[in-house]
Amino acid sequence: MVTAAVRPPGEGAPRKAVRCGGPEGRNPAPYFKDVLDPGLRRGDEIWAVLATVPDPEIPVVSVVDLGIVRAVTPDRVTITPTYTGCPATQVIERDIRDALDAAGFRDVAIETTLAPPWTTDWITESGKAKLHAYGIAPPSEAATATCPQCGSAETEELSRFGSTPCKALWRCRACLEPFDRFKCH
Amino acid sequence: MASLPPIDLPRGATGDGSFDAPARDAVGGVLFDTLLRLGDDSLILGQRLGEWCGHAPSVEVDLSLANMALDLIGQASHFLNHAGAVEGKGRDGDALAFRRDVLDFRNCWLVEQPNGDFAQTMARQLLFSTWQEMLFGRLQASADETIAAVAAKAVKEVRYHAELSAEWVIRLGDGTDESRRRMADGLDWMWRFVPELFEMDAAAAESAAQGIGADVSLFREDYDARIRAVLAQATLEAPADQRPILGGRRGHHSEHLGHILAPMQYLPRTYPDATW
Repeated sequence: MVTAAVRPPGEGAPRKAVRCGGPEGRNPAPYFKDVLDPGLRRGDEIWAVLATVPDPEIPVVSVVDLGIVRAVTPDRVTITPTYTGCPATQVIERDIRDALDAAGFRDVAIETTLAPPWTTDWITESGKAKLHAYGIAPPSEAATATCPQCGSAETEELSRFGSTPCKALWRCRACLEPFDRFKCH
Repeated sequence: MASLPPIDLPRGATGDGSFDAPARDAVGGVLFDTLLRLGDDSLILGQRLGEWCGHAPSVEVDLSLANMALDLIGQASHFLNHAGAVEGKGRDGDALAFRRDVLDFRNCWLVEQPNGDFAQTMARQLLFSTWQEMLFGRLQASADETIAAVAAKAVKEVRYHAELSAEWVIRLGDGTDESRRRMADGLDWMWRFVPELFEMDAAAAESAAQGIGADVSLFREDYDARIRAVLAQATLEAPADQRPILGGRRGHHSEHLGHILAPMQYLPRTYPDATW
């Protein structure tokens, strides 16, 4: 069990609640509501902590970007696995636990739910943009992927299974570079 | 295509192949039994596919087989953890995977068949994944919420398995003389084990009646049509039907299962409760 006391200075301090996460379209709670309902403010703070937790396989996106976080209440975070056999699932839960503990939310429980099943539709628009910038073609229904290196649409699938369960292996015929494409599920 | 010799049954055996199956249906309840059947299919095939790791014909195929194994072991983990919870005796998925012996496994014979060459592995995968995709499509409506949730998620992953194996069966069947011969031999080996996938024994019928499991007999025709379509594209003929081999669902297995369990269970049995 990692305690805040053994963490390097700075890491144990509660993270500043910055509104950089949360599902898009969520309106910031008006201030007077925070006063009336402290739970609402606490929920926002938890969202902000979660937005700092990177996916262990694709650290450029957070667990919020990926749509892994399903719901947040003042005392509970509900997450969902992405792929049935994804070995990162357990690491993600542990990383979220560590981040919540470090930010002073030790009493917030983490719950895993399977239904409704996660789909790539839950990856936020900013998450998709980050994937693309990182060199991974984001999921889309389109038959061909756009090369994240050179932007060409002249691409082809090499293998349906890539370096992780969530990605397929593609190749660009224009710049000849291979790249990963997030599978559309 | 050389067909395997028919299976000789002892005198007095019943036609359903499970001539010496014990009459202990659905030990531990219908839901527990259903979960073991589902979980053990996934676990054993996942373990089998794992044997290919580092040995596949190309790095892409190596990744594909390992990815499919990972999907299957993920399914097994969900089903067996749930089975342990349903049973209520303090066993979790790991306990069920690593501390049961052959007679307590409820997987079908198809998944425990040896990998053989790559063609034989693809034959097994086509026959199993096509079936599992159709099964999970129905299990999304299961009365058990966990089964329904796992099926809804996994059906999309299993579709990849079915497509990948169909593509390889077609490519090898309609390939060189050697690849064609190997593909035909692989199908010939695995064909005997298809009828068991569609067996509705008393426990399966009860599970379907309670809305937990699916009545697999309802999609046999669709399954046959899908397999026939793949074989037609592969320019292969379906092997002749043989007397079915049944019994895996009641704990009767081929000699291969023990050889799978031995390396799989060695470490947790030798060092109980070992952790990383």
